[in-house]
Amino acid sequence: MKKLQIISAAAAVMALGVTAASAGTLQDVQARGELRCIVSTGLAGFAYTDSAGVYQGFDADFCRATAAAVLGDASKVKFVPATGKTRFTILNSGEGDVLWRNTTWTFVRDVDVKLTFVGVNYYDGQGFMAPKSLGVKSAKDLDGATVCIQTGTTTELNLADFFRSNKISYEPVPIETNDESRTNYLAGRCDVYTTDASGLAATRSTFPNPKDHVILPEIISKEPLGPVVRHGDDQWGDVIRWVLNATRGAEELGVTQANVAEMAKGTNNPEINRMLGTEGDLGAMLGLQKDWGQKVIGAVGNYSEIFERHIGKDTDIGLDRGLNALWTDGGIQYSPPFR
Amino acid sequence: MNTTTADSDVAKQLALSKIWNNREARSVILQILTMAILIGFFAFIITNAISNLAAVGKTFSYDFLSQPASYDINQSLIAYTSRDTHFKAGLVGLINTGLVAISGIVLATILGFLLGVLRLSPNYLLNRISYCFIEFTRNVPILLHILLIHGIIVHSLPRPKLASVEWNLADLFYLSNRGVFTPRPIPDDLLWISGVALALGIGFTIWFRKYAKRIQDSTGKIYPVFLISIAAIIGLPVLVFFVTGSPVTWDIPEFKRFNFQGGMVLLPEFMALWLALSLYTAAFIAEIVRAGILSVSHGQWEAACALGIRRARILNLVIIPQALRVIIPPLTSQYLNLTKNSSLAIAIGYMDIVATIGGISLMQTGKEMETMIIVIAIYLSISLLISMFMNWYNTRIKLVER
Amino acid sequence: MSEVTQSYVPGTHPDMAPPAGQRGILLWLRKNLFSSWANSIMTIVGIYLLYKIVPPMFNWAVVDAVMYAGNREECQALGSGACWAFIKDRYRILIYGFYPEELRWRVDVSFLLLCAALVPILFDNAPMRKPWMLFSVSYPFIAGWLLLGGAGLTPVGTDEFGGMMLNTVVGVTGIAFSLPLGILLALGRQSHLPIVKSVSMCFIEFIRGVPLITLLFVASTMLNYFLPPGTTFDLLLRVLIMVTLFSAAYIAEVVRGGLQAIPNGQYEAANSMGLKYWQSMRLIVLPQALKISIPGIVNTFIGLFKDTTLVLIIGLLDILGIGRSSMADAKWNGLSNEVYISIAIFFFIACFGMSRYSIYLEGKLDKGYKR
Repeated sequence: MKKLQIISAAAAVMALGVTAASAGTLQDVQARGELRCIVSTGLAGFAYTDSAGVYQGFDADFCRATAAAVLGDASKVKFVPATGKTRFTILNSGEGDVLWRNTTWTFVRDVDVKLTFVGVNYYDGQGFMAPKSLGVKSAKDLDGATVCIQTGTTTELNLADFFRSNKISYEPVPIETNDESRTNYLAGRCDVYTTDASGLAATRSTFPNPKDHVILPEIISKEPLGPVVRHGDDQWGDVIRWVLNATRGAEELGVTQANVAEMAKGTNNPEINRMLGTEGDLGAMLGLQKDWGQKVIGAVGNYSEIFERHIGKDTDIGLDRGLNALWTDGGIQYSPPFR
Repeated sequence: MNTTTADSDVAKQLALSKIWNNREARSVILQILTMAILIGFFAFIITNAISNLAAVGKTFSYDFLSQPASYDINQSLIAYTSRDTHFKAGLVGLINTGLVAISGIVLATILGFLLGVLRLSPNYLLNRISYCFIEFTRNVPILLHILLIHGIIVHSLPRPKLASVEWNLADLFYLSNRGVFTPRPIPDDLLWISGVALALGIGFTIWFRKYAKRIQDSTGKIYPVFLISIAAIIGLPVLVFFVTGSPVTWDIPEFKRFNFQGGMVLLPEFMALWLALSLYTAAFIAEIVRAGILSVSHGQWEAACALGIRRARILNLVIIPQALRVIIPPLTSQYLNLTKNSSLAIAIGYMDIVATIGGISLMQTGKEMETMIIVIAIYLSISLLISMFMNWYNTRIKLVER
Repeated sequence: MSEVTQSYVPGTHPDMAPPAGQRGILLWLRKNLFSSWANSIMTIVGIYLLYKIVPPMFNWAVVDAVMYAGNREECQALGSGACWAFIKDRYRILIYGFYPEELRWRVDVSFLLLCAALVPILFDNAPMRKPWMLFSVSYPFIAGWLLLGGAGLTPVGTDEFGGMMLNTVVGVTGIAFSLPLGILLALGRQSHLPIVKSVSMCFIEFIRGVPLITLLFVASTMLNYFLPPGTTFDLLLRVLIMVTLFSAAYIAEVVRGGLQAIPNGQYEAANSMGLKYWQSMRLIVLPQALKISIPGIVNTFIGLFKDTTLVLIIGLLDILGIGRSSMADAKWNGLSNEVYISIAIFFFIACFGMSRYSIYLEGKLDKGYKR
């Protein structure tokens, strides 16, 4: 009897999902037929679940773009939600293949935490939000304020540095998830809420009365947010990097979700042809199908389309392109040539 | 030829079964097996850990402890800035754990004994009230208590601006959703005299208790030990304090632009954790106390009554000493549980050891293995310390059979 | 003088009513509430406390509460009390988590089967106990199949588990698998073999010395480092393993208590019958020891069931986790009391019921032994 139990327990363990992975993430994903994409547990505009429980948002669309490139089907994504604390562990343990979550590229994370940042899909900076009624005009006025922060992020390090260098005091209220910081801020547990400026705008858009809150002018840090992969898997890193570049390149070259099918029949611009796979075989060099670029744009559109759909001017979030405009429009988003 | 090999096989088998049937030999074999499995298991997971760490290019080292932590902590009993090391941050966390555990143990014990006695009270109403309270409290998860109390403090108490007007006691104490603000004493030069008086009072009490016991044992005369002790420990220092001209100035909290400045504050996170741990543990302690008192047989009461001893003295001299023997061991494990449950601080952002070293430091340095080992080692040592102390206490009050 | 109006045969006189104040409600009041000065004062204080606490709470929870509303603003406009409309809006997700809507019958069926499987364990006079027991033992696997799918059922990922169902899954799996392990550990701790004994003891003391939450952190952040390179486990499975180990240590202590309560004569009698160690354990000692341990095991389960809420800290959305994330919904922002109180009531009913059962059992055992 006991033996039987042990054996069947072991069988149950096997059945529940012990999976053995091989060397390359790309091969694993293709063999599995599903991309495990790590996203935020919930940040309006970037990664959030809609009323049907499906992940939507800027980061979520990049997950779909990756799945389209790797598997040819944008719907074959399993979203793995992670807090600031668990995200790197989930990536490093192999539970997730790629981290498309607003994650700041820093030296220590890149070098010491052994991650590989493969690009920047959103240039951000840390800001402050306060209720209008408080009458705060600048972050330098915040002496003695209570500040809600999300733990496990670069935010709390920047915050400590900012207040220290300005010689003003504050009380940090460290909270694990964005949802709870938000609840605490609205309940008045803290005077100020700080996170990336994009996150502030996103969070504010979900408030009952967004107009009662102001975002202060100071941006106290550089926060280049971008996708992360495990250290040492260069092929997979290349795939992610060029998926990101394809969306930016498509915007530069005027390829959109609407006209990609048309353009894929062949154009006079050899670079478009190379990107969409009608000329040469860049896909094979990445270990992907020839038409990967076409699949990416067909699934989610180019960078500008993704941006405007989820966080742009016409959405509740209402962010400007700002630094994230193309280099030709005064921003710093730039794609290396497809050659 | 054949027969000899067969014979030797049989002989071998016999020898084997002889070894197996020998009790001692079998126990040695079994133990060697256990040992081998254990060593194999550890070797397995350690080699795995080494190769996994190597695969992601991480090293196992505690160097990060001496690097600046770079984050601020909102409650610290020792001086701490973001420039201090991770080690110091961990120390701050450890002290915070200790603070909430000790204050929780004190409050839980007081409440628990009170509830336990009320539960046995002949007064029907109080009896029922404490019964309902105990049953409700202990059948709801501790995490829920913590979140509920934190939610009530943060959502239902007034914000500081309102609190400075409405929830204000004599312009000295304020209750707001940022915590309880009280004046903070700043000692002046002459305070040491009161300190000396306190030490003298304690010393006198210890001596007087022994003296009173000796007198009682030899002559039966009973001194009011409790009153005299109180007078020596509290009365004397207070008297000296006022004679030396109250050598303390008070830093009084005052509402500034955002929040109260100055004074002392009990943060909502601390209050929620402290109250939740105390109430939850008190409910368990109450049941232990009740069982302890009930375990003293009724004959003891009757015998003491028959000797004409007063009720208060019966409790003091007969019932409580016997009940304590039953109460102490399970009480220890409640104290241990309270200390372990204080790790739930992380759910509301109280900066204890799990939230500092095991939380933010872990995140900022990526040293999961090292930080978790520290946290586990600390909890194990706390558990060992408490149970060692309680074992010592147990042997001290053990029934001496004559 | 002799104006006897009525006479009775001795022994047939009807009982006279006791004097006023010595009967009925007055006597009860005097005895139970106002027996002395101190008691009277305490009673009055108690009544005052109840008066201060109960009516406002009743008003909040019932009189001023709002059952039907679309969002928080509407709730506040309709009444100043609790906004139960929020709970009404969310109760399904609080129960089933993200389990696919059309497959939720499988959760219901597993729950009903759980009740059926518990009958022979809880009541020793159940009919056909032996074959029924077989079903109980195989229940965890049947339920696993029902919930996870596969072999004919649509598979459901463990990331879709949540809510009350997740608490139940973690609690029941933890206790079911920790029982055999706990018994082995208890026997190991009682063993005469020093190494076996010290290994069991170290394990039990280690687990009991650290908080469950650190073990869960280990499961969520470190466990993968200890597995062969490239192996990944499902997070829920890792949590289940940790919870099983955790409760095994506590069960072991409960069973050890049961083993120690068995008189030495039983062991000696078994030995003198020529029974081997395992035979004597299986046939003589364990059946008795386990029977005494059942109340303790039930109490361990109550503790474990309450502790299942801790999984929210490592990101699994149990009933409390879902309640918390619903609170952040823009429509219902900040209704923390409603969420926490409803969840508290759920846990109270479940755990109080179980603790009553364990008390009933203790009473029954007491009778059995006090012959």
